[in-house]
Amino acid sequence: MIELIDIRKKFGEAEVLKGIDAKFEPGKVNLIIGKSGSGKTVLIKCTVGLMIPSSGQVLFDNRDYIKMDVEERKEIRRELGMLFQGNALFDSKTVEENVRFPLDMFTHMPMSEKRDRVNEVLKRVSLVDANNKLPSQISGGMQKRVGIARAIVMTPKYLFCDEPNSGLDPQTSIIIDELIKELTVEYNMTTVVNTHDMNTVIGSGDKILFLHQGEKHWEGDKTSLFETKNKELVDFIFASDFLKEARDARLATYRKMNN
Amino acid sequence: MDSLYQLGKYMLMLKSLFVRPERKAMYWVEMLRQMHQIGVDSIIIVFIISFFIGAVSAVQFAYNLSTTITPMYFVGYIVKESMILEFAPTVTCLILAGKVGSNVASELGTMRLTEQIDALEIMGVNTTAYLVGPKILAAITMIPLLVVFAAVTGIWGGMLAGAASGYVSTTEYTQGVLSWFVPLNALIMMIKAVVFSFLIVSISCFQGFYAYGGALDIGKASTRAVVLGCILVLVADYLIAWLML
Repeated sequence: MIELIDIRKKFGEAEVLKGIDAKFEPGKVNLIIGKSGSGKTVLIKCTVGLMIPSSGQVLFDNRDYIKMDVEERKEIRRELGMLFQGNALFDSKTVEENVRFPLDMFTHMPMSEKRDRVNEVLKRVSLVDANNKLPSQISGGMQKRVGIARAIVMTPKYLFCDEPNSGLDPQTSIIIDELIKELTVEYNMTTVVNTHDMNTVIGSGDKILFLHQGEKHWEGDKTSLFETKNKELVDFIFASDFLKEARDARLATYRKMNN
Repeated sequence: MDSLYQLGKYMLMLKSLFVRPERKAMYWVEMLRQMHQIGVDSIIIVFIISFFIGAVSAVQFAYNLSTTITPMYFVGYIVKESMILEFAPTVTCLILAGKVGSNVASELGTMRLTEQIDALEIMGVNTTAYLVGPKILAAITMIPLLVVFAAVTGIWGGMLAGAASGYVSTTEYTQGVLSWFVPLNALIMMIKAVVFSFLIVSISCFQGFYAYGGALDIGKASTRAVVLGCILVLVADYLIAWLML
């Protein structure tokens, strides 16, 4: 479990995160949603240690990440996997080398074992016959899969995904969401996804954290999302007329069922 | 004030290189890749430039000496000394400040912008040690070899051009090259090569590693790397000459 306690982050005078508290549970897809500039990326970067919060605590299974020294932090980082918005694949390495990189760097496994593990995770993300291709030679959706494969190759306890659907068509987005959800359950990972994709919110939101102007405005799950009265959240999620109508229809169904 | 801040940041980057590698083999592979990129990929440009510098020097010295009573074998001696002391280390490194410096700064800058450096950080890799260390080691291994290659090519180019111009025969030229060899000059050439290569690559790494913004900023970081690299090579050239001659 990951616990955030009163996380604050300032850039000069501007306070971007204003005391965020949250708990992210294992085996669940925990979503952080909010408009652009609401502090989602800063929150995820503070959680994984790419930024140091101005104050507050980040607890990975009760281990305070911020107070740790460099070596202890490195140990925790080996339990993390992260999928970046732009995939962050190494351009000069092939798909196989990208996925194998954490194994090469941190394990003493023989090459044959490493290859087996790489093929296993590539198969798991439904990516076959791409081992020798460079990232520039495969599609955006395939690059996402490689990013996921690299993130899970060390069997992490915690998986972070920053905008996993960015740049993908709706159908591929859903496939990637489903893959993240399946892997979360399969590896019992604590998954934190930063998104503003509606399909992800409705499809995968086991737990949803809504940020607005650096504050936690709402917390719940995908079911309670439809019933919320939080104006900012409703305006954010059900932004188009089509989605508003869909929400009204869903609420009408709920009411009928309850009566 | 900002210059002091940048200097401090640069020193901290250098300090962070001195850590135990997570996996030596991975650093070694990266160093070999960089040795190829910095050294092998620069052979042709270094050959062309040093050949013509030697050739032009020989023809011009020969032209100037032709109206004096100075023996023509002095052309070989002067070309050798100027190649060893100045042209080979300084001009080669100025060229490499442009070629290698911009390449290194833009490679690291792109890695920063596309979050590849963040990805390494998340994995627990010491990013400065893994990305910067092998580049500096590769440079201080390969650039001195390129400088020696440049000196030899320049002297050879001078011989061919001198003979082709009819001013100085290959026998006279060779006699000059073999005369009055000063080992200190060769030592100075190697010291210059090591110092310059360290400056060129460490500054380029610093500019690229801490780049932020967009494509435009990567371009600016590359330009800064080249300009700063060239200036510092010239300053270091003067300081080494002043201290050692």
